[in-house]
Amino acid sequence: MSKFKKKRGNSTPAVSTASLPDIVFMLLFFFMVVTVIRNSELKVDVKVPIASELKKIENKSLVTYMYIGKPMKRFQAERGTAPLLQLNDKFAKPSEIPIFIENKKLGVAEKDRDKMTASLRVDNDVTMGFITDVKTELRKSGQLKVNYAASQGDVK
Amino acid sequence: MQLKKKKERVSQEINAGSMADIAFLLLIFFLVTTTINSEKGIPVKLPPWSDEEVDPTQLNTRNVYSVLVNYNNELLVRGEPTQITDLRDNAKEFIMNPEGREDLAEKPTKAIVSLKNDRGTKYETYLQVYNELKGAYNELWDEMAERDYQKKYEDLPKNAKKAIQDVIPLVISEAEPVDTQGK
Repeated sequence: MSKFKKKRGNSTPAVSTASLPDIVFMLLFFFMVVTVIRNSELKVDVKVPIASELKKIENKSLVTYMYIGKPMKRFQAERGTAPLLQLNDKFAKPSEIPIFIENKKLGVAEKDRDKMTASLRVDNDVTMGFITDVKTELRKSGQLKVNYAASQGDVK
Repeated sequence: MQLKKKKERVSQEINAGSMADIAFLLLIFFLVTTTINSEKGIPVKLPPWSDEEVDPTQLNTRNVYSVLVNYNNELLVRGEPTQITDLRDNAKEFIMNPEGREDLAEKPTKAIVSLKNDRGTKYETYLQVYNELKGAYNELWDEMAERDYQKKYEDLPKNAKKAIQDVIPLVISEAEPVDTQGK
């Protein structure tokens, strides 16, 4: 009898929380690494189409983003509602693409230059005329790897 | 003696109990700001720029799978109006030509998909069409990988992928769009 009692009395130390900070730090570092803080603020409305044959972009650091869509409400007074191209955080004309690509190339190591990809994030409602102009400029500037951003889903 | 005593008090351990709180605060900040946006898309290789236009009339018409999209987002496939939903199976039949028909591609290596759109075509439609054409090739590759290697195409090593692509090469050529509305 007394043996049992003794055991019970001994087994109530508080759970050590000393390792809690370690666990939390581990989670913290995970999220710090995963987080991508978007460096450019979107000025155009982009709702990408749905497609099923998608591939993940591999080298994220070698991707140049181009946004095409209608300017957001607050820019419509001065920019109108026709679709526009956004490079970094400025509106741009398609004719500015070669210079933009050249500048991007300067920041990339020589051996990685042919892996550079231009990711076109284009809104559903943009017409092909504008996109063709952009594509022509991309071809002229030698940026041939292109990715049409889309979200996964079944096309009805 | 008194000085010594003071020193001892200073070197007491710092209370690390609040460390967890600080870490939690940071953790919650990153949790909120994180957007795990998996960047996905359809990869495309554009043809290099040249001033001369490739003349598709030189090709044998039975090998060309022409897809036209007009400004009303309607499809014309080899001269016949088609729905996007039928495009994939139609394209697959054209490329492989399982019954050896006279009007379809001689063999998969000779098949060329030619995509032409209007400047007024909506991007959504264009991408759907492109997606279906790409999907047709993906399905053909998958079928062949299943038959020859009993594996999915995606899981094959590089040289096996290349071998399949040599038999069924992906050729989607895009013509300059026509301009019927002055856009």
